[in-house]
Amino acid sequence: MAKLTFKTDNCKGCGLCVDACPKHVLQLAEDKINKKGHHPVEAVKEDECIACAFCATMCPDCIIKIER
Amino acid sequence: MVVFEKPYALTDVPMHYCPGCTHGIVHRLVAEVIDELGIEGRTVGIAPVGCSVMAYNYFNCDMIEAAHGRAPAVATGVKRAEPENIVFTYQGDGDLASIGTAETVHAAARNENITIIFINNAIYGMTGGQMAPTSLPGQITQTSPYGRDVTQCGFPVKVCEMLSELDGPEYLERVAVNNVKNVKNAKKAIKKAFQNQLDGKGFSLVEVLSSCPTNWGLTPQNALKWIDEKMIPYYPLGVYKDRSAAKEDTK
Repeated sequence: MAKLTFKTDNCKGCGLCVDACPKHVLQLAEDKINKKGHHPVEAVKEDECIACAFCATMCPDCIIKIER
Repeated sequence: MVVFEKPYALTDVPMHYCPGCTHGIVHRLVAEVIDELGIEGRTVGIAPVGCSVMAYNYFNCDMIEAAHGRAPAVATGVKRAEPENIVFTYQGDGDLASIGTAETVHAAARNENITIIFINNAIYGMTGGQMAPTSLPGQITQTSPYGRDVTQCGFPVKVCEMLSELDGPEYLERVAVNNVKNVKNAKKAIKKAFQNQLDGKGFSLVEVLSSCPTNWGLTPQNALKWIDEKMIPYYPLGVYKDRSAAKEDTK
């Protein structure tokens, strides 16, 4: 199973990772705000992650680390 | 097992770019290539003026800040003085295709052994979205509120096509970073541009079609679609010059 780690404070909430994910694992946390004042990304269905790294490929701020 | 993490050649400094700006993706690709080729200790980057003016904070290698548009000239000096160093410049369209046209064209004509990463986002990002030499015909910007009128402002500069007519350059390719597939291709092109320099082949330029959600007035997602629908038809992707490959074909 894949493990996703986010550097949440660097997230700018652009959502490019959310769109890139083929399994719809990610979403922007509407109820949270990070230090920069953005809604950061979070994994809602981490167990469905296939570790394709599409999210990390499209993340402009390099905040995603993927392990499996 | 780690599938993906931040490359070592990228520092931990949070990037100042707007949300969804693809500068960050290209920074990461350059850093990944530096890591993969194992050249971090002898790489010197030249930062431009423009949105990526603070690129020196984000790369772990040595960086120099050049005057506006003069990055290829500074890179020429660094490379000639220390030929063992791997020298790359990272420039936007206002820097490379406008004020720095002379430096770019002549560095290409001299076939300087340097690598240029050219970010084309069809607008002046840092100064607030004015019309750039690469703005598309009809594109609405701060200084062309009715759309770029080509009878008055001329046509966009297609850098890869223009340089491909010169005998000097070794390798010219245009890539985009609007989807996963294109990002992977962009990385291949950037790696080849660095490898050419390691092999002493000469001037390599990779033009990256990039997005500017803030100044285009679009969401990050729609900005990527705009690259696909508007920019790629005007700036076709592909290899514009690859001298060594052409030589091998004629053998």
